Amino acid sequence: MKKLKNILTAKPGTTAENLTGGWRTYKPVVDHEICIGCDMCNKVCPEGVCFSTGLKNSKGRVYYDRDLDYCKGCGLCVKHCPVKAIRLVEDYK
Amino acid sequence: MKKNNKQILEGSHAVAEVIKQIKPAVISAYPITPQTHIVEDLERIKAEGEADFEYIRAESEFAAASIVLGASATGVRTYCATCSQGLLLMTEVLFNIAGLRLPVVITCANRAVSSPINIWNDQQDSVTVRDSGLLQLYGETNQEVVDLHILAYKLAESILLPVMINMDGFVMTHTYEPVEIPAETLIKKYLPNYVPPKDIILDVNNPRSLGTFAAPDRYMEIRQELFDDAAAALSQIKKLNLEFKKVFGRSLGDNGLIEEYKIKDADIILVAMGSVCGTIKDVIDELRAKKIKAGLLKVISFRPFPDEEIIKSLAKAKYIGVIDKSISMGTEGILASDIKRACYGKIKVPIKSFIVGLGGRDVTKKMIEKIIKEVKDKKNGLHFVGQ
Repeated sequence: MKKLKNILTAKPGTTAENLTGGWRTYKPVVDHEICIGCDMCNKVCPEGVCFSTGLKNSKGRVYYDRDLDYCKGCGLCVKHCPVKAIRLVEDYK
Repeated sequence: MKKNNKQILEGSHAVAEVIKQIKPAVISAYPITPQTHIVEDLERIKAEGEADFEYIRAESEFAAASIVLGASATGVRTYCATCSQGLLLMTEVLFNIAGLRLPVVITCANRAVSSPINIWNDQQDSVTVRDSGLLQLYGETNQEVVDLHILAYKLAESILLPVMINMDGFVMTHTYEPVEIPAETLIKKYLPNYVPPKDIILDVNNPRSLGTFAAPDRYMEIRQELFDDAAAALSQIKKLNLEFKKVFGRSLGDNGLIEEYKIKDADIILVAMGSVCGTIKDVIDELRAKKIKAGLLKVISFRPFPDEEIIKSLAKAKYIGVIDKSISMGTEGILASDIKRACYGKIKVPIKSFIVGLGGRDVTKKMIEKIIKEVKDKKNGLHFVGQ
C-alpha cells in the first residue's frame, strides 16, 4: 500500500491551531467609552470576531471588542460603526 | 483460460462490460457524444440489476468529476467517462483529483474541441489536459482499451494517482471488433478489492477535512511528490504489465508503455498514439513488400512519458515523423514536441511533425504513404496532411 509523504486531508479543528490574525496590516481598536453596544459591528463582520464583552462602560453601556487572533483587519466594522467608536491602527508585529 | 472467449462488441459496450466486471462502487458521468454509449450501457446495467454500483446522474461534467472526487475520497473505487468540451469543463476538478491523490479512472472518448463545433474524433481534448497530473494511456484497438482499464485501476490504486484511458471517438467507441471481456474471477485475481490508505480517507467516524490549504512553505513539496510519483509510474506500468501478461496471457504493447512495430531495421520510423496505429501498421506491411523499410513506434503511455524506451526505439532511425491528431497553436503537434524533448541530445536525425485527422477527417492509407514518402524531403517543422 502506497504511503504518501504529505498527508492531504487534515484533522478537523485545525483552524483553532492556525491563527489567521497574522494576515492583517491594520487592527481595529474600539474606544469602549464611545461604544453603545448596538451590535452593528458583529452584524457586518465577515469573520465573526466582534463580540460583546458583557462589561459596562462609565455610561452604563455594554461595550464590544475584537478577537484579534482571527481579525484580518478589513475595516468593515470601522465603516459601519454609527458612533465612530472604532479606528484602524497599524499593527506592528 | 479458454482459448477463445471473444465476442463481437461495440467499443463503448466493451468498456461498459469491463467496468461492470471491475466493480466500481460509484459511477458518475454526464453524457456527451461519442462517450454516450458507454454511460448509457452502464445505466442500463444498473437499471437491470446486473451490477450494484451507485450511478449518480450529474447536471454537468464539472459536477460528475466532483462527485467521483468526493466518492473516491471516501475510499471506494470510482469511474467516470467523458470527452471534448466535457473533459475541458472538468479541467479544474481533474487537477484537484490528481492533487488530492485520488485513484479515479476516467475514460476519454477522444473528440475534437470547439470551435467550430465538431463531434468527431481527434485527440485535442486529452492532450490539452496533459499537465493536470492524470496519467494518460492510449489504446489502439478495443481489446487494448478493455485491457488498459483493468491495468489502469491497478495502477491508480497502487500509486494513488488518477488514470485516463483514451480511445478514439467513433473510430473505436462506435466500431464493432472481436473483444474478450475477461471473467470477473480472473479480473479479481489481478485486481483485488480496493483497500484505501487508512486514516487519510473521509470517514464519519474519524472526521477529516478535504481540499485544505497549503501555504508557500508546503505547496512545493506536495507538487514535487506528485511529480515524483507520476514519473515513478513508468516502472510501475512495466511491472503491472508483466503481471497482466501472467494472468491474462496478453501484453499491452511491448511493456505497457510503448509498442514497436517492425522498427529493428527501419530507416523511417513513424510515431503515433491511438487507433491510427492500426492503419499505419497496414501501410508499413504493404511498403515492406516494396522494400521500403518503415516502422512504427506506438506510444501507449503519454503521461508519464517513457523517454528512455522511446530513445532506444528511435536510436537507429534515419528519418522520424511524428503523427499527431492534435496541435499546439503556434508550435507543432503535441506528441512531436514531447518526442523532441525526450530525444534532445540523444537522437541526431531531424524529427518532423505531421498533423492528421483533425475533427474526424479520415486518416487514409494514402495519407500515411504520403507521410512516409515525404518525411525524407520535407523541411523541418509542421506539415498538415489532409488529403
